[in-house]
Amino acid sequence: MIAEAGLAALWLAAAMALLQFIGGLTLLRSGAGQLIPLIKPAAYMQGALCAFAFFALMWLFYVTDLSVLLVASNSHIDKPMIFKLAGTWGNHEGSMLLWVAVLSASGAAIALLEKRVEAKTLYATLAVQAFIALGFFAFLLFASNPFERLVPAPLEGAGLNPLLQDVGLAFHPPTLYIGYVGLSVAFSFALGALLTNQVGPAFARAMRPWVLAAWIFLTIGIAAGSYWAYYELGWGGWWFWDPVENASLLPWLAATALLHSVSVLATRNALRAWTIMLALVAFAMSMAGTFLVRSGILTSVHAFAVDPERGAFILALMLMYTGLAFVIFALRIGTVKQGEPFQLISREGGIVANNIFLSVILAVVLIGTLYPLAAEAMGDKISVGPPYFNKATVPIMVLLMLALLIGPMLRWRRDDIMRIKYWLIGAAAILLCSGIAVWKLAPDIGIFPLLGIALSLALAVAAWLPLRGRKLLRTPLPVFGMVIAHFGIAVSVFGMAAESGFSKETLTALAPGESAEVSGWKVTLGDIKPVVGDNWVAVEGEMVAGKNGDTFVLRPQSRQFFKPEMQTSEAALLTRWNGQLYAVIAQPDQEGDGRWQVRLWWKPFVTFIWYGGVLIALGGTISLFGRMFRRAKKPAINKWERA
Amino acid sequence: MKPKHQRLLLALIAVVALVAAGLIAASALREEASYFYTPTTLAAANVAPGKAIRLGGMVQKGSIVRAADGVSITFIVQDQSGTQMVAYRGITPDLFVEGSGVVADGRLRPDRIFVAESLLAKHDENYVPKELADIDMNAAEHTKDTLSQ
Repeated sequence: MIAEAGLAALWLAAAMALLQFIGGLTLLRSGAGQLIPLIKPAAYMQGALCAFAFFALMWLFYVTDLSVLLVASNSHIDKPMIFKLAGTWGNHEGSMLLWVAVLSASGAAIALLEKRVEAKTLYATLAVQAFIALGFFAFLLFASNPFERLVPAPLEGAGLNPLLQDVGLAFHPPTLYIGYVGLSVAFSFALGALLTNQVGPAFARAMRPWVLAAWIFLTIGIAAGSYWAYYELGWGGWWFWDPVENASLLPWLAATALLHSVSVLATRNALRAWTIMLALVAFAMSMAGTFLVRSGILTSVHAFAVDPERGAFILALMLMYTGLAFVIFALRIGTVKQGEPFQLISREGGIVANNIFLSVILAVVLIGTLYPLAAEAMGDKISVGPPYFNKATVPIMVLLMLALLIGPMLRWRRDDIMRIKYWLIGAAAILLCSGIAVWKLAPDIGIFPLLGIALSLALAVAAWLPLRGRKLLRTPLPVFGMVIAHFGIAVSVFGMAAESGFSKETLTALAPGESAEVSGWKVTLGDIKPVVGDNWVAVEGEMVAGKNGDTFVLRPQSRQFFKPEMQTSEAALLTRWNGQLYAVIAQPDQEGDGRWQVRLWWKPFVTFIWYGGVLIALGGTISLFGRMFRRAKKPAINKWERA
Repeated sequence: MKPKHQRLLLALIAVVALVAAGLIAASALREEASYFYTPTTLAAANVAPGKAIRLGGMVQKGSIVRAADGVSITFIVQDQSGTQMVAYRGITPDLFVEGSGVVADGRLRPDRIFVAESLLAKHDENYVPKELADIDMNAAEHTKDTLSQ
């Protein structure tokens, strides 16, 4: 009953999207406005119906209704409740339903909250949003029905991939999806503004909070996903350049560039065409990511089903929307007037540098991600892995960091490089001193970790300089946001560089009582105990780790899941302020001699990678609040100043 | 600078940057893209030692030899008509057993032994390394099919 109601809600929501689209279209085509009063309510209804459908599916997972195919294929009666609920989006159909629900919710949010753009632009934006939704409704209803029944119902269900049975999973996909799909708002706004000739600072100011919000969620989602891969896969790495990771990185790169260029458009009325272009590219990357992850052309824990028909469907949708968007862009961009000019040495110049480097990284990552697919279509089996991505992107990231040392210090429109000569000298001094110090400390760490540490130290100072000479109480919140986000980048890059340059690894086989050493830590294997969980059994190795008189206990597990059958390693992490000790234990081999394979890492400052990510998202959040409550805040601060 | 010229200049910079991206990608791909081989195609191809490649096939029965250190192994990967010796140091992935499918990332040593840096094994019935789907006769079926039978 609930399943049928959910399906009916989806059909109704699709009808609402159609109404919303037609309403906007008639307004644009002929200026006829009979349907205008219906557009906003249609957007609300569409959002509400999709939310209902999503919660209906969640309910089915909650009660483990095994007569629904999706529940039977992905859940199990013995699974812990939190993973039953998270299982709602831990599969193809459910995650596509979440995708569409977020898309509809974004449309409803625009209709409800956006008051700054002209009415006609708003309706055009909503029409575009509905047009995107229609395609994905078709995909859900015709190719990925989450509410399909299964007759006869099985007795217990097939279970969920154990790698996905983790608390991280409960939050990672929804966060990422809000970011991913939230970029659809930028896309719709860009097209809406193009179609109604409203490309200018007012439109940019309206679009900026939406881009910012989506970007914050993307940032959190990527950081969380990276930490999940780090502790759950047990491989010790935090970024694998897996195509699925790239699928989330690509929209993030585009959104980061967009975030900066939209500021130029809002503040200085320049970079109009470029900003529109980036808004289109950002959501195109979201759709490309969805295609990569959901089409089953990749091997990964994220690729739930191998079904070429679905892949072709998403590919067709993606090509249609991206193609149409760029046709509209090409046809209408002539009407967008040239923006205000600026000189090369200026804040705008710095942001152009940011945009160019980010775009080059985006292009390089995109090529590396798609190349194996293109090669396979021509009969070659090729894989492109970390060596390619590191070699091709890290040097550009170095340039990006260099630009970041200078750009935020420059004034809008035109500036004189001599004005900041003391900072340039200071930055060069920090780079040189820290570079030499690291090189003396560890002559063989490699050029990029060394550069990374030097650049992050310089940036850790540079990030705060835009606050110099400002009255802190009168400084707008977005400036604080920028400063904190840029400082977060310094923190994150420091963690990455320290981890890649100074990690120590020990791989050995230990019998209980024996010890191994890694980077000054003495780790002794104690008892090996069996442990029983809800739907798994494990062997747990107790390890005592000691350094400088302190001792800690680590308990890594090797788990055996029943449904589906699978082994996973539960790494044990010991977090210190200056790094993490990471321990993995493996099942003994069949002809074992009483020893257990043990893998230990000491990863200096690895946690900084995610602390930095949190700071970046925090900076974005502060900036977002500053933009939203700007008018309300201003008088209050002034009053306080006077008092 | 006239406004018109500024737009042209920016467009030009963007084009140059994209061409640069293409060149960077092409050169890095030439050096770092690793081709997939089976033991048979690897024997026929003239792959230089040290070049990153992927090797896929089945682990030959009775071929896994564990070294005294407890963490190094050698084994033979085979396909229909060829074999390749592989050396690996590390924790073997879940379900890495004799007779199972495996994909190894690594490089050939000058003595033609393949040194694997990572191993990817068949995880469960839903997850098979893509390259193996063609080789493995018991290729995975989607849960949907197995359930509804």
